[in-house]
Amino acid sequence: MQLDYFKLIDRIVDLNIEAKTITVEAQVPQQHTIFEGHFPGFPIMPGVLLTEAMAQSSGWLLLGVTKFARMPFLAMVKEAKMRGFVSPGQLLTIEAKIEHEGSGFAVTSAKGRVGKELKCSADLTFRQIPFPDPSLRVHMDAEAARIGFPPQAMT
Amino acid sequence: MSSTFDQIATIIAETCDIPRDTITPESHAIDDLGIDSLDFLDIAFAIDKAFGIKMPLEKWTQEVNDGKATTEQYFVLKNLAARIDELVAAKTAGA
Repeated sequence: MQLDYFKLIDRIVDLNIEAKTITVEAQVPQQHTIFEGHFPGFPIMPGVLLTEAMAQSSGWLLLGVTKFARMPFLAMVKEAKMRGFVSPGQLLTIEAKIEHEGSGFAVTSAKGRVGKELKCSADLTFRQIPFPDPSLRVHMDAEAARIGFPPQAMT
Repeated sequence: MSSTFDQIATIIAETCDIPRDTITPESHAIDDLGIDSLDFLDIAFAIDKAFGIKMPLEKWTQEVNDGKATTEQYFVLKNLAARIDELVAAKTAGA
């Protein structure tokens, strides 16, 4: 995770376009200023960042399914549950799947685990629109390479 | 079996917390019921699932933006119900 840049996903472990599922890993940093305030003496990942990590995982999945034709933007969070604490240094594994592909929107469900322990889950809705700026597409291409997005799933 | 209108009225009432008895076939989803685009995503999701279709919201929106259709054609509920019936029929015919 590069928390300062809101890059929460480190690598794609599995992307199955046919099954419309993705598994990613996100290494929670051992140290970060966030943990100084959240919380002193008991550092844990904020729930909003766990939700964002689930959203980014879903977003990569949606990019794969649309072959980068459209950029997904988080629009709705439902049933967000922080089921257990996620601590500095832990490896978060997130699985997401597409529940519905609508016209201009999609709904996913996502779960985050540390080891076998379920830590968070949510149902997420995204608006999907053509890339609003070419520089965003360039950025996403670079990010895709960084996290090991399968090149064959990009076009 | 409830009508298409009844089903979408129930979906709207439950999704947007609007009293069911205030929703009529003549209601305009946006102008009368005040449903915004985000709530409409929720409604579209529920309708898509309930009827096994994919409402072409983007196409409808584009037609309205291009002046080729009015919002009434798609968002007055009796008209929305008719569009849904057409989509279901087309899906059945293509199955």
